Amino acid sequence: MSGADRRAIVGNSANGFSYEEALLFERSRPGREGCSLPKLDVPEADPAAVLGADALRDDLEGLPELSEVDVIRHFTRLSTWNAAVDLGLYPLGSCSMKYNPKVNEKVARLAGFSGAHPLQPIALMQGFLKLAFELERDLAEISGMDRVTLQPAAGAQGELAGIMMIRAYHEHRGEKRRKVLIPDTAHGTNPASAALNGYEVIPVPSGADGLLHPEEIERRMTPEVAALMITNPSTLGLFEEHIARIAEIVHARGGLIYGDGANLNALLGVTRPGDLGIDVMHFNLHKTFSTPHGGGGPGAGPVGVKNALAPFLPVPVVRRLGGQEGEGFTLDYDFPLSIGRLHANFGNVGMLVRAHAYIRSLGPDGLRRCAEMAVLNANYLLARLRGVYHVPYDRPVMHECVLSDRHLDGTGITTLDVAKRLIDYGYHPPTVYFPLIVHGALMIEPTESESLEGLDRFVEAMLAIAEEAREDPELVRTAPHHTRRTRLDETRAARQPVLRWQPEEIA
Amino acid sequence: MADYDIPDDLSFTNEDEWVRREGNNLVVGITDFAQQQLGDIVFVELPPVGSVVSRGDPFGVIESVKAVSDLYAPVSGEVVDVNTDLADHPEAVNEDCYGDGWMISIAISSEDELEGLMDVPAYRQHVDDRSD
Amino acid sequence: MLEAIGVGSVDALFANVAQKHRLQRPLAVPAAASEQELLTELSTLAEQNAHSASHDWFLGAGCYAHFIPSAVDAIASRAEFYTAYTPYQPEISQGTLQAIFEWQTMMCGLTGLEVSNASMYDGASAAAEAALMAMRITRRTKVVLANGVHPHYRAVIHTYLGGLETQIVEAPRAADGRTAPLAGLVDAETACVVLQQPNFLGAIEDVAAAAAAAHAHGAKLVVVVSEALSLALLRSPGSLGADIVCGEAQSFGVPMGLGGPHLGFMAARMAFVRNLPGRLVGQTVDTEGRRGFVLTLSTREQHIRRERATSNICTNQGLCLLMATVYLALLGRVGLRRLAERNLAKAEYAKARIRATASLTLPLPAPTFNEFVVGVRGNAAAALARALEAGIVGGLDLAPYAPELGPALLVCTTELTTRDAIDRLVAALAGEQR
Repeated sequence: MSGADRRAIVGNSANGFSYEEALLFERSRPGREGCSLPKLDVPEADPAAVLGADALRDDLEGLPELSEVDVIRHFTRLSTWNAAVDLGLYPLGSCSMKYNPKVNEKVARLAGFSGAHPLQPIALMQGFLKLAFELERDLAEISGMDRVTLQPAAGAQGELAGIMMIRAYHEHRGEKRRKVLIPDTAHGTNPASAALNGYEVIPVPSGADGLLHPEEIERRMTPEVAALMITNPSTLGLFEEHIARIAEIVHARGGLIYGDGANLNALLGVTRPGDLGIDVMHFNLHKTFSTPHGGGGPGAGPVGVKNALAPFLPVPVVRRLGGQEGEGFTLDYDFPLSIGRLHANFGNVGMLVRAHAYIRSLGPDGLRRCAEMAVLNANYLLARLRGVYHVPYDRPVMHECVLSDRHLDGTGITTLDVAKRLIDYGYHPPTVYFPLIVHGALMIEPTESESLEGLDRFVEAMLAIAEEAREDPELVRTAPHHTRRTRLDETRAARQPVLRWQPEEIA
Repeated sequence: MADYDIPDDLSFTNEDEWVRREGNNLVVGITDFAQQQLGDIVFVELPPVGSVVSRGDPFGVIESVKAVSDLYAPVSGEVVDVNTDLADHPEAVNEDCYGDGWMISIAISSEDELEGLMDVPAYRQHVDDRSD
Repeated sequence: MLEAIGVGSVDALFANVAQKHRLQRPLAVPAAASEQELLTELSTLAEQNAHSASHDWFLGAGCYAHFIPSAVDAIASRAEFYTAYTPYQPEISQGTLQAIFEWQTMMCGLTGLEVSNASMYDGASAAAEAALMAMRITRRTKVVLANGVHPHYRAVIHTYLGGLETQIVEAPRAADGRTAPLAGLVDAETACVVLQQPNFLGAIEDVAAAAAAAHAHGAKLVVVVSEALSLALLRSPGSLGADIVCGEAQSFGVPMGLGGPHLGFMAARMAFVRNLPGRLVGQTVDTEGRRGFVLTLSTREQHIRRERATSNICTNQGLCLLMATVYLALLGRVGLRRLAERNLAKAEYAKARIRATASLTLPLPAPTFNEFVVGVRGNAAAALARALEAGIVGGLDLAPYAPELGPALLVCTTELTTRDAIDRLVAALAGEQR
């Protein structure tokens, strides 16, 4: 028996320190526990006597029995199966996968933030209210908005809130507008948020230069249209140069402009959406303001508005006390025109603390430098990759650049293959096949966190893959080769969904 | 350019559905071109027998791993038969789109509506227009 | 770098931003703070907030002070988890994907249902999304919403449904604290009944009766759970007929954190999977036949279906889900049940003390889990102020939420609550010097 064969049967791992890991339920052994409880200092209560035997469950189906060591090893091993920003460049376009400063994690874990309750007396949460007040003020200044709500739990919920405020604004004016204009480059959340508000979505095509043109808006901007949703810079990484003219058209016909703030990173300290005619926008704190992406969340999606929309903000609203009221902060609920409440509490406060810490760490110069470096890095990548990869809209970009696989035509290699091969070079792939208007799109956002040598190494990998596509396409088509799993069968997953583990006798 | 099977005995719609007349009924499915464009089909949602569809309106939904499309009624009428096997075997649409992958059968309510369907040359042109 | 790009300055990169639109001054935000200054500043702010270790804690109402084992934060602090994003690339995201699959499995077991998603923002938005889901399934527009659902959740449901053609009818509360019989409220237009278990006032509802009332008219039963630990003790809502079970799983190892980020969850019968909002992870194999996990059934979601998606939700609460998965694995099949029994024992002890105190009452006779209503003499705010003087955050003044109860508090006990603290709370609420 060869060494490899033995390793498959005995020992800790068949592949050295690269561990396979079973499911929690397969590791479970009867009688193991991973927690301890103090001695009960009150009389036992018999649940059957208190609640009635009928009200009780017999067993905790589906929960495993494991020791603390089992659990720690399990999740530590799982962690080694993930790509992450702290391991390397993670150039996922439109997601701003920048470095997450460690001090943010530390401050969010201070007991006064992590152990406090949303319904505790106002007098006992003054530190939080001050932080929230300052963060609202700073986000308003950064965006050029008048007021900010911190409540939405994510960018998509922020969009929902923003569109609700737009709807409330029109209804308050006695206008029934039923349509929302959305460019063809928009994130999918935009039309979904509009639809959740009962709006009909009218797509707007981008021009041949990738930009949104005033004529296209003019043509569609009827009295039925409540708003235009716009992402600036767009998902093509392009600054919407005609934004001011477009805003004039929309405003002249009674509409409002919603700004998707996903790409705000490019604008920090350079220009402000509020100065460009945007009436309401959301911020993705997990993109622009460095709160960690957490494997898919939690994010946070505060929303900024111009004064005209302020009466419709969700409640409660943080207010600084003044005059007779004395010092400090309070929560106001008395907003008769408010769209209401979006969250059980104040939103994702832990993320607000981190974003506040980030803004405080950078200050005005740091914020602007952040935008400058992000834009510099994206343009550098574009300059180095142009020619080898097709650039569908070849213009100066902001924080991200969009390439396509067209130059690989004839090799049989597509964007998906390039993405998967990048994994073998140690990179998380860019966003792929988005925006939808670019066939085979590769949307690359390096962020300001990357150094020049880091960018050069990424470029070299991209160039090497283009060569491989011509010399050894099979190598690229079957990538990744150096991961613990090769390409996964998504068709099988969708055709025969297995969405939970079940013991073998059932499954 | 990929090769698409377009059988001689069928008529077609602008939305890449095929229809076959069986007595007073029209059997409906999607074309080889459509199934190739969609990729691996994972789910087909069809209306119950007895529901009434109108020409040009969606009667169902077809999903691949990464895309979802509406299915549009080629004619108006009552749904008299539904291919319930697709619920468990959506792959039939990929493997045999003109046979086991059929979707519904509609009782024709107006012969006039059949005028709007495409014949083979017209549909081939329609496919070629989009696949260069 | 500028040379490679072919521009003369960084400023030139912004040439597409018209000069008149440029900000001609530095942002008016405070000057940069060093790490040391920042820590001092934020520690000062944090110290101005009470927290569950600075006081004896009896405040719950949807956000619960439970003990969090150290192993939870040890795993949640691993950068491989918290600095990753949504597992779009499964080959390099198996850690996150497998943890979600494990979460889905455990939530199916706890709720008694067949499919669980990969989490929602919070209990309130999960409840709203559940109502929307029931409306899609039934193609009906009326929602019967129990008064016993957390008032903030009810508010969020109203906000979410406000833009659609819907009718929301409130099911009133009976004198014992539970929801009054639903007969007469549910009809052929009703998409769903939304019931909270235990309800906002702590009362344990009759889920089976609500299911029967809903199903008699073809409506769905949505059971909302804001204290997820109750699932470890009570018969699962799914086994009692609930079609969708959703709510808040903050109790499973997620800090109170001033109310967020928390962990919304949603589970349903498999028949409704294509109407389920949020991300789902499924098991599959790689090209070598090895087991692996992927995001699946994503055609339900906004990035593909856009305006016709089941929801606009994009992110989940991934890191909170990880914390809860670690927590549930640590507590496990035996520990979680024992913990729930401990919570019950503390509450029963507190209720016994209150029953024995002349100036306090238990106005709602329905059985409870770890939270219950206490009637006080005079003024509830004054009673809470007396507690606070004794170093106790004594519960929630119900005046804004259930004024019909008179001066009353919602009081919660967990495994963190000591007998001594309960005794002191009872004394303070009763106005006794001790």
